[in-house]
Amino acid sequence: MTTTTQTTCPYCGVGCGVTATREADDRLLIAGDAQHPANKGRLCSKGTALADTVDLGGRLLYPMIEGVRADWDAALDRVAGGLADTIAEHGPDAVAFYVSGQLLTEDYYIANKLMKGYIGSANIDTNSRLCMSSAVAGHVRAFGEDLVPGCYDDLEIADLVVLVGSNTAWCHPVVYQRVMAAREADPHKKLVVIDPRRTATADSADLHLPLAPGTDVALFNGLLAYLADHGVTTDLPGGADAIAAAGQGGDMASVADAAGVPIADLQTFFEWFAATERTVTVFSQGVNQSSAGTDKVNAIINCHLLTERIGKPGACPFSITGQPNAMGGREVGGLSSTLAAHMGFDRADTVQRFWDSPAIARQPGLKALELFEAIEAGQVKAVWIMATNPLVSLPEADRARAALERCPLVIVSDVMRHTDTAERADVLLPAAAWAEKTGTVTNSERMISRQRPFLPRPGQARADWDIMCDVAQRMGFAEGFVYAGPAAIFREHAALTAFDNDGERILNLAGLATLSDTDYDTLQPTRWPVPLPQPRRAAGAMPAPAGVDQLFVDGTYPTADGRAHLVAVSPRGPANACSGDYPLALNTGRIRDHWHTMTRTAKSQPLATHIPEPFVAIHPADAWRYGIVDGELATVTTAWGQASLRVITSQRQRQGCLFAPMHWNDQFASSACIGSAVNPAVCPISGEPEFKHTPATIAPFAAAWHGVIYAARTLRLRATTGIDWWVKVPGERFVRYEIAGCDPSADLKTATRRWLGVAARDVDWLDAADPAVGTYRAAHVEAGHLEAAVFIAATPARLPDRSWLAGLYSGQAMTEAERVAVLAGRPADASADTGPQVCACFGVGRRTIRRAIENNRLDSVGAVGEVLQAGTNCGSCKPEIAELLAEAEKA
Amino acid sequence: MHDNHHPRLDLVVIGNGMAGLRVIEDLLELAPERYNITVFGAEPHASYNRIMLSPVLAGDTAFADIQTRDRAWYDANGITLHTGEAVTTIDRKRRMVVSAQGREVGYDRLVLATGSRPFILPVPGHDRPGVISFRDIADVDAMVKASQNGGRAAVIGGGLLGLEAAYGLHKRGMDVTIVHLTNQLMERQLDPTAAALLQQSLAQRGLSFRLGAETAAIVGSSADDDNGPVNGLCFKDADGSTLAADLVVMAVGIRPNIDLAKASGLHCNKGIVVNDTMQTYDPRIYAVGECVEHRKAVYGLVAPLWDQARVCAHHLAWRGHAHYDGSVTATQLKVTGIDMYSAGDFTEDEATQTLTYADIRRGVYKRIVLRAGRIAGVVLYGETRDGPWYFRHMQAATDVSAFRDLLLFGQAFVEAGTNDTADEDKAEAA
Repeated sequence: MTTTTQTTCPYCGVGCGVTATREADDRLLIAGDAQHPANKGRLCSKGTALADTVDLGGRLLYPMIEGVRADWDAALDRVAGGLADTIAEHGPDAVAFYVSGQLLTEDYYIANKLMKGYIGSANIDTNSRLCMSSAVAGHVRAFGEDLVPGCYDDLEIADLVVLVGSNTAWCHPVVYQRVMAAREADPHKKLVVIDPRRTATADSADLHLPLAPGTDVALFNGLLAYLADHGVTTDLPGGADAIAAAGQGGDMASVADAAGVPIADLQTFFEWFAATERTVTVFSQGVNQSSAGTDKVNAIINCHLLTERIGKPGACPFSITGQPNAMGGREVGGLSSTLAAHMGFDRADTVQRFWDSPAIARQPGLKALELFEAIEAGQVKAVWIMATNPLVSLPEADRARAALERCPLVIVSDVMRHTDTAERADVLLPAAAWAEKTGTVTNSERMISRQRPFLPRPGQARADWDIMCDVAQRMGFAEGFVYAGPAAIFREHAALTAFDNDGERILNLAGLATLSDTDYDTLQPTRWPVPLPQPRRAAGAMPAPAGVDQLFVDGTYPTADGRAHLVAVSPRGPANACSGDYPLALNTGRIRDHWHTMTRTAKSQPLATHIPEPFVAIHPADAWRYGIVDGELATVTTAWGQASLRVITSQRQRQGCLFAPMHWNDQFASSACIGSAVNPAVCPISGEPEFKHTPATIAPFAAAWHGVIYAARTLRLRATTGIDWWVKVPGERFVRYEIAGCDPSADLKTATRRWLGVAARDVDWLDAADPAVGTYRAAHVEAGHLEAAVFIAATPARLPDRSWLAGLYSGQAMTEAERVAVLAGRPADASADTGPQVCACFGVGRRTIRRAIENNRLDSVGAVGEVLQAGTNCGSCKPEIAELLAEAEKA
Repeated sequence: MHDNHHPRLDLVVIGNGMAGLRVIEDLLELAPERYNITVFGAEPHASYNRIMLSPVLAGDTAFADIQTRDRAWYDANGITLHTGEAVTTIDRKRRMVVSAQGREVGYDRLVLATGSRPFILPVPGHDRPGVISFRDIADVDAMVKASQNGGRAAVIGGGLLGLEAAYGLHKRGMDVTIVHLTNQLMERQLDPTAAALLQQSLAQRGLSFRLGAETAAIVGSSADDDNGPVNGLCFKDADGSTLAADLVVMAVGIRPNIDLAKASGLHCNKGIVVNDTMQTYDPRIYAVGECVEHRKAVYGLVAPLWDQARVCAHHLAWRGHAHYDGSVTATQLKVTGIDMYSAGDFTEDEATQTLTYADIRRGVYKRIVLRAGRIAGVVLYGETRDGPWYFRHMQAATDVSAFRDLLLFGQAFVEAGTNDTADEDKAEAA
């Protein structure tokens, strides 16, 4: 029987609706949900490949204690007991939760309630701290509450879309597609991209401003000053100060100079912005991930407030988030800097009254980086990490690793058995995965959507909220953690948003607080606020509630004075400036087809193929200066750490800037965790780390040889000597390893057998060697199937094309032609197929002769010999050639 | 086209083998009217393709199929052919040749194409009945006859010719052992790996081997009969081991047939010494084929012979400046089901670089020796299709650096690899 489930995509903050159809034969078809307002049927490459990612390979299926399988009772007792003992001995602030924008709202709510209302600490922070806490802080400073004013429709209505610090084409592809579609429909619409890199997004822009890293405030202050100079005025609080501060930036030439962009382009941007009422400025991690992140956010918002381009269709500043439920986390208050439901610690009594809880956190807890510093300092002695992999994603990741090693109790809830973080867990708890979970998420446009399960929970996996409730009960908090299911949790969350809320908080889900379980199950995407109960139908699904597309339409804001605030901001450079030793600016970010730490995307061969390896992108001039060669390896070193990566030289990079993707980690590479090299500087207001700017230097990785291994099964290269650098690229029915070694005298033939674990001499083994140039190629065949193939050469350019070899793992035995070709790494030229040999002396085949007879109208054996040499040596094939001539004549 | 200014000259060709015939064929193409041609052949047949004798021995081909030009062809082209008639004397002063039958024919130009004769080990008993060489159709007939009752054969010499003889005799039902001086078959053409594969393959077909064995004597059935038929071999080793044999084939090499040239006072070394236009020290007298020594090289294969014949014919035709630079040679073993190809020089030194490919399960082995980025030698076993392609690059001294990484895989791969496109995804990534 075919069943179709409407759910939402687990990747970025666009929050696309997805339909998952299970065919009778268990095949899974994933499609964009045409009814979902976020994507209207569209999906990006990652979403499209979701069916590849739901298998159980690598899943954590049962609890583990100290690396040994345990039952739930033992594991939860250990967690509850460990937390309770730590609290009893060292106080509530000695425990912490580090959670994730990939938890569902219901999970998030339980985590927040347990920590802040029952344990009584605010030491719950989330990986959202790493991506949008500057936007949260900027929103609060300007609007009084963390509010995204607009919705995706505004991007289509707008006549000018400005994308700042956002490679939207790759990181929020469906939003990008919507912008592109709108431009196609109306060519007068303009797109400006402000990004130090000329990204794929910038390619389609009408104007790309490749600003110098960290100069966003200078640029938007310049815009603010320009607008003010051109007569735009405001009486909003902070307006005069903000304009005055912006004026410090000097004239347009000074601004252009500060931002490192051509003055003519800057002027164009200013003119377009000034002239276009319907302007949306989208900003993302390029703005947020900065030691001046919050000021950058406000510099952008200031321009919209000054021009009153907010609260109107097609006009607003627009933060788009990186994770599927970063917004839901912000709503429940799952950041250490807020309490709950958009209430601060000043409302502790209110929240405690609602929760009827034994305790309440009364001041902010530790933000992500502070949290790991506290673990390092021994102040936090027990940490529970859920649905995230901080040892890859945090700045100065190696330090976080060391800190976690020292932490007396590390609890990790995850869906995967092996992650860099899970490997350091004392207790590992198997969480249900995307396809198995039920709950809600909120996307970047305040749209609450249901995530619905379509696969059974495997093994002993449980929902995160369920695990936490069980722990809470074992800690003696039974009264607050008995829920019939996620619907009940959602109702409580919705009720809290409405609790004591007479309009001072715009986040109000009163209208959803009374949903029945059925209503909840059938809930259609709903944009908050939903202050009033929704009209009901007699039966069936609730209609999609009429959400509020634009906030602040009436010009009132949830601030003390009811007005929006401009914030006077001044440009300041990155916390750590580039210097003689570290003259380059390292920027990190996402690539199109990977997600976070690759636990999911690496399961899909199409996704793993787009950019198969961790890389560092560098401008060709810089590459030349540092002796770096495109396609080879280089080590990026900062004062905090290093990573060794494949080099891509590209004019898309600004000179002086490096870019490296954030995804790769110890599960997939030997030394590619770029987080290790990122400086731990944070924005003093938001606590968001400065991922986009770390002073760095780069040097060639001294590889004596490079190689690639294809293997039918996973190899344990980590335990293998002689390989100094490796990357694992998962494929369909095989695993590919890109490798390199530094020992020029390595006996590659022997080493290859060792890597592949082939000890016996009588195995079916092919090899090709050219030792003078350091080339060695070998293949191991078993029962006709390619078991492994290894290619080693002095330079990466001498290694074969990767795509053809991947096709040899078809599940079938190799054909003769494939076996002949396997070490060549490419198929033979089909047109070079000469057919069965006729002239052995000159290697001339039947097909070649036929072609020559036909093409050259040959009429004698001698003529064939003149053209092809066939028959001109020993002459024994002349009768056969004569036969072919006769055949041709007949034909 | 007749040249009125130059009346026809007399050309005599001594030797109606492949070289002599090829000179005539080329000459007829280039200058059909230039000469009155007379050919002397010691063998009784008109002409045949000597390199196809092995398939005839093996029964894969009939003798009729390898005969190249019949008497009618000679007649049609106005060539006087004397078969079964060896020339015994060249009277250079009178420009006259004299045959064994006493026939005297004058010449303006003379071509020596006397070929080579098999080397016979000068061991005791080498002239016993049942000891033969493998050179011409008469030898093949002898072997075929000897094999009719089965029996045991010893082939001395594990080179190309010896192996083909052994295989032929084996196919004709004899129990054959190959006796070879070194521990490796075909050491001039193969490297140890390929030789081992070849030996393994021949062994699987039922051939036996006695390697590292030096023949001390060929013995008869009774010790006191010095001239009795062969009964076996006796080896020069510590315990004087023996090998029973009813037939002994000597295939230990060839020697240029230079007796006539020497007797005529032409300068000879290992062979008849010729210059780059194939002229001997008497410029009216040319020499081509296996009897020739050119730039210190003597050849025993067919390809150099074609090259030499063409140059010789050009010069006889007064066609300018064609000259012979020597040949790089390639060999293939004509044993059904065994593909082996060897060309050039694959001895290694500091200046050489060796590429190898081995797929033992499939019975394929390749070895390419490069010198200064050019192919110096190549050995192919099990998969020889690309042999001639390598050979062409060897002859052309192609710098193979550009396709070195695919060189071992041959033409079909190298030529497939000429239209690579850059990895655009990568370029896009940054």
